[in-house]
Amino acid sequence: MPSSPVITLRELRKIYTVAEREAGLGAALRSLFSRKSREVRAVDGISFDVAEGEIVGFLGPNGAGKTTTLKMLSGLLHPTSGDAQVFGFRPWERERDYLRRMTLVMGQRNQLVWDIPVADSFELNRAVYRIPYEEFRPTVAKLTELLELGPLLQKPVRNLSLGERMKCEIACALLHSPRVLFLDEPTIGLDVTMQRRIRTFVNEYNQRTGATVLLTSHYMADVEALCKRVIVIHHGTLLYDGGLTGLVERFSPFKTVTVDLLNGGGEGSLEKYGKVVARNDASVTLRVPKAETASVTARLLRELEVVDLTVQDPPIEDVIEHVFNQPGA
Amino acid sequence: MSAYLSIYKGYFKTALAVQFQYRVAMIIWLIGGIVEPLMYLVVWSTVAAQQGGSVGSFTAGDFAAYYIAMMLVNHATFSWIMWEYDYRIRSGDFSTVLLKPIHPIHSDIADNLGYKVLTLIVYLPAVGLLAWFFHPTWTFVGWAVAATLPVLVFAFLMRFFLEWALAMSAFWTTRTGAVNQVYFVLLLFFSGRLAPLELFPQPVQTLAAALPFRWMLSFPVELVLGRLSTRDALIGVGVQLAWIAVGFFLMRTVYRAGIRRYAAFGS
Repeated sequence: MPSSPVITLRELRKIYTVAEREAGLGAALRSLFSRKSREVRAVDGISFDVAEGEIVGFLGPNGAGKTTTLKMLSGLLHPTSGDAQVFGFRPWERERDYLRRMTLVMGQRNQLVWDIPVADSFELNRAVYRIPYEEFRPTVAKLTELLELGPLLQKPVRNLSLGERMKCEIACALLHSPRVLFLDEPTIGLDVTMQRRIRTFVNEYNQRTGATVLLTSHYMADVEALCKRVIVIHHGTLLYDGGLTGLVERFSPFKTVTVDLLNGGGEGSLEKYGKVVARNDASVTLRVPKAETASVTARLLRELEVVDLTVQDPPIEDVIEHVFNQPGA
Repeated sequence: MSAYLSIYKGYFKTALAVQFQYRVAMIIWLIGGIVEPLMYLVVWSTVAAQQGGSVGSFTAGDFAAYYIAMMLVNHATFSWIMWEYDYRIRSGDFSTVLLKPIHPIHSDIADNLGYKVLTLIVYLPAVGLLAWFFHPTWTFVGWAVAATLPVLVFAFLMRFFLEWALAMSAFWTTRTGAVNQVYFVLLLFFSGRLAPLELFPQPVQTLAAALPFRWMLSFPVELVLGRLSTRDALIGVGVQLAWIAVGFFLMRTVYRAGIRRYAAFGS
């Protein structure tokens, strides 16, 4: 198990006050005199620790509070209450020593200057982060190799495709060799190949440098490939913190049982064993309540001519969807 | 210090590269910068001609010198930062800026200087053309001309700090245009850009001396044209330095308050 935590959150809370107004002219006039506002609890008292070198997946549906949390951790937002520390710094105090140690990559935001070649943006970041050339050159060489940036460096950013730009954004955000990476949807909008490349890269980067990574993504493939541990938040509160497999066990009330039957199993209904979710040729996939898995498999084996039988957890996407669909408190 | 030099070099290069991308917009801005003083120049030269050659102590040739110098001083000191912050904050671009371990004003200053240096290429021939056409009269005073460079730097800093502080109003309102408009009207009137302050009634001149605008524009202009005594020049520099201090603290205070607000409300 890794060493002492580098990121700690204690009862971190962010409440926004948003103005509220009904539609129409009357409401507009009324709002001149009395403004209604309501509180939005974007992050509502979450606590967790992340150890040095961990890659943690930060999951939740849209509006769960993931980005707000990442913004607090990168110093863009002040919490309403609670505390957070990263390497002993309070992020929102925005000390330069802290800013030099971390990076925040947001899918749609740009570090790169639109009108100049990528290499010039890199050079600008070198100056701003005061990276000595002895470090800068090998870092650029390594990032260029890992992300295959070679042909892109001399092109102006405006001429790059989304995927190319994202690779360059990530490289640019890592030039100063940050010790902690906050990645907010780093693969959003990218094709499968590019997603896989970024994923591999994050993994390699973590292995090579021991940097800590907190990552949000809507693509479960990202999370499955990278994160042993996931933190799920929903409606601003922490729902789960633990291993990915544990998440499935805890939140999925079902198992998936797939049986291959001799002679296609005939015409008999299999609904009495569980809900049939797929059927092709002789193979039938059933969804069975977790508690009944043992008895159902025993009955299947006893009562039907079974060629093969597998019991699996449902796909992680289904579990997450199930979790996300839970209503708020 | 050398770290900042390297940062400024980087920003400067970027600013030049970006300006080159928007050549047409640049030319349009430039035309505006030249046409405005030209308009005033034509009006006042005509008035002077009709009044028997001069208005107050200004002959037609003095007006020509005044507005050509005003055009250059204004060009050297103006900023457009207050038009940009509104967009930066609302688009979220400002978040990217905040993540960097450096105060954002540095890139703004470098941007400004980059543009100025580049556009000087067009301004200098324009000055030549205007001089050829309007025959400015100018008494060369050695020390005054020598003092103009530092005074111009002070004027730039004064204006930049104050206008940067003004730009920060974007943290509080989405209607920064209105705030900017008020500022520009005051500037136009009290800086001597519309007409030499000497031609205004005494109360206006007194008010102008108490406001910062005169010290941004009219003071360097009068200095380079040799219209000031050494005493007036020294007082002017003192006032400029005081305004730089005020502007600096204002800029810092408003920026910090703005950041706190930004961090409280998000983008």
